[in-house]
Formats: sequence, structure tokens, C-alpha cells
Amino acid sequence: MDVAKLVALGLITLIAAYASDQGLDIAFRVHGFIVLVVAAGLFIHMLRRLGEPKPAIVATDYNDGPVRAGVIATAFWGIVGLAVGVLIAFQLAFPALNFDWAQPFANFGRLRPLHTSAVIFAFGGNALIASSIYIVQRTSRTRLFGGNLVWFVFWGYQLFIVLAATGYLLGATQSKEYAEPEWYVDIWLTLVWVAYLVIFLGTIIKRKERHIYVANWFFLAFIVTVAMLHVVNNLAVPVSIWGSKSVQLFSGVQDAMTQWWYGHNAVGFFLTAGFLGMMYYYVPKQANRPVYSYKLSIVHFWALIFLYIWAGPHHLHYTALPDWASTLGMVFSVILWMPSWAGMMNGLMTLNGSWDKIRTDPIIRFLVASLAFYGMSTFEGPMMSIRAVNSLSHYTDWTVGHVHSGALGWNGMIIFAMIYFLTPRLWNRGAMYSTAAMNWHFWLAMIGIVLYAASMWVSGIMEGLMWREVDDQGFLVNSFADTVSAKFPMYVVRGLGGTLYLGGACIMVWNMWKTIRGHAPVTQPVSQMTIPAE
Amino acid sequence: MDEPRVDELTGRPTMGHEFDGIEELNTPMPRWWLWTFYLTIIWGIGYTIAFPAWPMISGATAGLLGHSTRGEVSADIAAHEASNAALVAELNAADLATFDPLTDLHRYAVARGSSVFRAQCSQCHGAGAAGAVGYPNLLDNDWLWGGTLEDIAHSVRHGIRNETDFDARYSVMPAFGDILEPADIEKLVDFVPTLADADWDSAGGDLFTENCAACHGDQGLGDSSLGAPNLADAIWLYGSDHDSLTATISNARFGVMPAWGQRLNEEDVRAVSAYVHSLGGGE
Repeated sequence: MDVAKLVALGLITLIAAYASDQGLDIAFRVHGFIVLVVAAGLFIHMLRRLGEPKPAIVATDYNDGPVRAGVIATAFWGIVGLAVGVLIAFQLAFPALNFDWAQPFANFGRLRPLHTSAVIFAFGGNALIASSIYIVQRTSRTRLFGGNLVWFVFWGYQLFIVLAATGYLLGATQSKEYAEPEWYVDIWLTLVWVAYLVIFLGTIIKRKERHIYVANWFFLAFIVTVAMLHVVNNLAVPVSIWGSKSVQLFSGVQDAMTQWWYGHNAVGFFLTAGFLGMMYYYVPKQANRPVYSYKLSIVHFWALIFLYIWAGPHHLHYTALPDWASTLGMVFSVILWMPSWAGMMNGLMTLNGSWDKIRTDPIIRFLVASLAFYGMSTFEGPMMSIRAVNSLSHYTDWTVGHVHSGALGWNGMIIFAMIYFLTPRLWNRGAMYSTAAMNWHFWLAMIGIVLYAASMWVSGIMEGLMWREVDDQGFLVNSFADTVSAKFPMYVVRGLGGTLYLGGACIMVWNMWKTIRGHAPVTQPVSQMTIPAE
Repeated sequence: MDEPRVDELTGRPTMGHEFDGIEELNTPMPRWWLWTFYLTIIWGIGYTIAFPAWPMISGATAGLLGHSTRGEVSADIAAHEASNAALVAELNAADLATFDPLTDLHRYAVARGSSVFRAQCSQCHGAGAAGAVGYPNLLDNDWLWGGTLEDIAHSVRHGIRNETDFDARYSVMPAFGDILEPADIEKLVDFVPTLADADWDSAGGDLFTENCAACHGDQGLGDSSLGAPNLADAIWLYGSDHDSLTATISNARFGVMPAWGQRLNEEDVRAVSAYVHSLGGGE
């Protein structure tokens, strides 16, 4: 087995060496080099340990090493993604920040997908993988299936992120929003994702509980659906196997429809279903209360996954997409409103009987804020999918504001809660080092979100109204450039909001560092239900 | 734990399962939630009957209301066109040479033209028509190809140095980098910015007379029939600093504008010409 692995790694090293020398474009050559370094490093590492006895695994222990790595990776990519976000926010306000010396690598067009991929797939994705493998083991009362395969998933996913990110900067993109990586990076992610499905499903199959916990339904729906979306939307034919460029299988409006079927369900299954899985564990666990309603969780689970998959066409109102598809997208989006809210209700109502903790427990506060933003975004989304509203909101900053109230509010806040929940447990500390720092983080993040969302609402609605403004005789009143210059103050406010949010995340990283390095907590560990009251 | 127990705080029974300490309550779904969910479904069914929605083997259901987003836009445009039809007919019949700026028709043309300008022209000439390097300022009275309303309309309709319109304004400046020695180009670069009160007995003056005067005129005042700019004023399309002028003389410039007659209808060409003419510099 080890020899087979060595042969495979050796072959990959050779192919990567050829690709790094003979690749047809710079991105492909750099990627060849990255793969060369990784494969050669692994080869040497394995060779040196050949024949050494393997460390014994206690079958009754949970496999938490990858979760620890995942928590650190989440924090690391979070800072990267948020920092790039702040930079591009200010690039929009001050175009001079597209520095001449940094061209073409660091212009807005290349950094923007770096930001979105880093926050969604690197920050969010690592949080999902880490949470899901932590939660599935505990709620199934069994060690993770697949042995070291989980390490392949973890490091394979990091390699995917690095290949995607460097590819954007070097100009390799298939120009599909949230699906920018080129064909070979997509193939790699498919392998990693299938391995992820195997370890997750394997763990559920060998569970020691009679039932499957609701969080795991959501994680499984997320993993399966993302695999399907990823494969179909990335169907493409490479121009050459030694180059990054590929040609999409679909064209025109079919391609657009496939892309937004993918794009909307990236939101629906990556950022919603997967995160609901996190919510269904951390909220009842941290509040130490039973989940509000089992019935509601069944009904909203099936309703959510059935309805979400139809909602994509609302991204293509008033385009070449036929009216019938646009109607269906809108109708299913509106019907999705209640199933989405059920997730929020099941989270918030679980706090019945422990609402006082919102004053004392920063983790509960993060979770409640997260659910509140989830509720707002999932009301705003169906509303924006209505054609008449969309005719005003589409292509404006309102969409950007909507996405960020969901991403910074719902996804970001729950990830912070997850990090604060897991860090002391995974490293066997009593509590986070500083509760005060957690409170600072919370308020910086909240103010940041409010500045961000409010400025984008104002800017988006203003811009939508300016675009459609016509005089008595039906003539356009504003030029596009007029709308751009009118947005300047809002762009600055947005950048400041992002800076505060990033600042809060930096405080969190400092707090994690102190906790993991074993500094004793400076305050009473209020966030830890396992510590008995004195 | 396998037996359901009653949660003391809420009085609700649990489901009897427990996962890592998490229990689930057997709470019925909230009524208001369920009914709102049903209502959205009923509304959704109604909406898909009223509007085009369900795909069939060929085509899709049209919906009882006969709605179409394309139809909506066409109706909107048609309504505006109908309300402006009389003025449009008048505008298309007007003689541009004697277009009276004190008429309602002229005011209409300028309003319409300003809208055309914002949508079509501002990308190069700027939203305020002040131009940019390589894109002429349309607010001043310095006109490369003539500043009467008819001249402007011709430039708009046929464009400048494009390949698509036989009547496009056309002229080519030679790339003097292929013709003159670098030292001579240097002399011209020094001489040209001083044209207004130049020393014509200098080497630069001689070079100018031999090479440039044929198009730009003996005094460098330009010739709008050739699109040759006036070099004696302070207005520079590509800059008057040393490097810019060296590049201009060595490589020449070849500014292109599309033939808008091929993209806009007649009334929009006339309207945007009237608008540009009205900006302050029209002759």
C-alpha cells in the first residue's frame, strides 16, 4: 500500500515537473510547480517513514486532529478573505489602489474572485468541513470513518484553495461567478469532495445512535448537492491538457441558466444547508436546551432542499431567459421564505428558557445575531426575487448588500461562534483566553455589518432609481458615470464597515492564539457550560 | 435515553432521542408559520396560472394574463414614441442649417440629445462632455472637423476614421518617426508648443513649414476640412508635454469614432448633434 502510494506520488511529481516546464500559460506552469513541490515533499516524507510502526489509534476516540487543523485553517483563510475584501472595497472607492506596479495581478477584476472564493470556499468551506466532522462523530457516537482519508480531504481542500487563488491572480478563470477555477482544479476538487462524502456517509452508516441527527441531514444534503452542482456547472473541454484554458459545454442562455442554477444553490446548499447543520448543533449545545421542534426540522429540511434547487432563474430576470423559467424561479423563491424562516425559528426558539444567556454568553450572542441576519436575508431574498422588485435591485449594490448581510451576518457570525465553541474544547482549555475580546469582536462585527449593509442598501436603491430615472418625455436623466460618482460616499462607508469586521476577526485570532498557547483565561469562563458554577 | 420525557421549562415532551446531549422537543409546527407557508404555495399556484410558467413539450404555458416582459418593454417604448411622434416628425424635417434655438422643437431636440449623449457618448467624451486625453472636449469652441450644427451632425452620423462608413471623416497624419531624423523631431517638439509667438526663422520653423504646414496651415492654425488641429491655441488633444508631443509626431495619432448613423435612428442623430452644438462651442 505504502509502495503504491510512493509510486503514485512519484508519477505525479514527474507529470507536475513536465507541466511546470512545458505548460502553455503562466497559471498552468505555476500550478505545475505548486503540485510538484507538494507531491515531491510528500514523497520524501513518506519515504523517510517507510517501515516505521504506525501510531496506534484508539478506536473509541474521536478523530479531532483534522478538526483542529480545520479551525486554524478557517481563521487563517477568514483573515485572508476579509482583508482582500477590504482592499477591493477601497479599490472601488479609490481606483488608484489598483496600483500600476501590481498590474495585472492585483487589479479589482482578479482580486474580486479571490475575495469571494476565499470567504465562501476557504473560510466557509473549512468551517463546514471542520464542523461537520466534529459534529457527525459526536451525534453518531462513533469515530470518523475512513482513517486518514480525512487528512487527504483537509489538505486536498487546502491545495484546491491555493490553486484556485493563485489561478485567479495569474489570469486563469472560466469566468463563471463562484465557479471560476479552471478544469483541472475542478477535477481535483471533485476527487476531494467524493472522499469527503465517503468519510461523512461512512460515519453515518456506522453510527451508534438509532436515528440520524438533523444536523447530519443538512450536512449530507450540502455535500451531495454541492457535488452535483459542481460537476454539472463545470462541464468543459480543455483546449489542451497542458494549458489552463477550457471551453464550456453549454453556451448562451443555457450556460447562464446552468451557472445560476449552480450559483444560487451554492448559496442554498453551501451557505445555507451546511450552515444550518452547524446551527442545529451549536445552538442547542451552547444553550443547553432541547431543539424547539423536531417536526419543524423535518418539514423545513425537505421543503428547503426541494425548493432551493428551483430558485436559480431569479438571477436572470429580464434577460434572454424565457419568461416561464423566470416565473418559476420567482415563485419557488417566494415559497422558500417560510422553510427558510423555520430554520431561524428552530434556532431562536431553542433558546426558550435560556434567553438570559444572551447577556452573559458571547457565543450565544454570536449565534442569535447570526440567526437574526439569517432571518433578514431570507426575507430580503424572496422579496428581491419578485420581478418588480428585481427590476430595481438587479445589477445594483443592493444585491451586494443582501449577499453581505447573509455572508457577514449569518455565515460569519456563526463561524465565529463555532471557533469560540470549538477552540477551548479541541485544545482542552477551560475557556477562551479573553471574554472581553470576544465582546469586542462581537460589537466590531455588528457595527461593521450595519455600516456595510446600510451603505449598500442606500447606494443600491439610489443607483437603481438613478438608472431608471426618465424625464417627462421618456428620456434618460443620468449617465452611468453620474451614478458611479454618486456612490462614492457609500463606497467609503462600506470599506470602513469591512475594516471593522476584519478588525474584529483579528481580535479573534489573537484570542485563539492566547487560548491555544495555554494562557489561563483572564475572565470567568462564562461561555463554558461544562464548568460548574462556583 | 429512549423514552420521551417532559421538558420542565416548556412542558413539551421530547422525542426520546438524544445526540451528544442534544434532545428534540415534540413541539407542533407554529400555526402562523404553517398557514403562511400554505398561503405562499397557494399564491404560487395562482401566480403560475396567471403568468407564463410551466414548460410543455414545445413552448410553455402562456398564463391567463397574457403577460410578457418583452411585451411590457415594447409597450412602454411604444407609448413614449407615440407621445413624441409629432415632434420627431418635425425634427426629422427640420433644416439643420437654419435650426432656430428659440423654438420648442429645438428644446425638445436638446433634451432628447442629452439623453442620447449620456447613454452613447459619455463613455469617451465624459458625462459632462469635457472629454479626456484622445477624446475631444465638446464644450469649447475648438472643432477638429467643424462646429456648425451640420458639421457636427455629419461627424456624428458618419463617424471619424472608421472602416464602416464610406462618408466617415477621414485623414491620416504620417508617422514622422519614419520620415525625419530624431534630432529634427526634437526640434519640432520644442517649436510646436511655442507656435503662437514663434520664431519662424528657426530650424524648427523651417521643419514645420516643410513638413506640417500643408495640413496644419502656415501659421499652424489647423484646417477643419482635414481634421487637422489648430496647434497655436492652448488646447491639446493628446497633451503638449515633451513626451506626448514626441509620441504624436513620431507615431502620429489616429482617433476613431463610430458611425452613429448606423446605430441610432435619424431623430437621435439630429438630437444629439443639436445637444452637442448647444453645449457652448457651437458655431
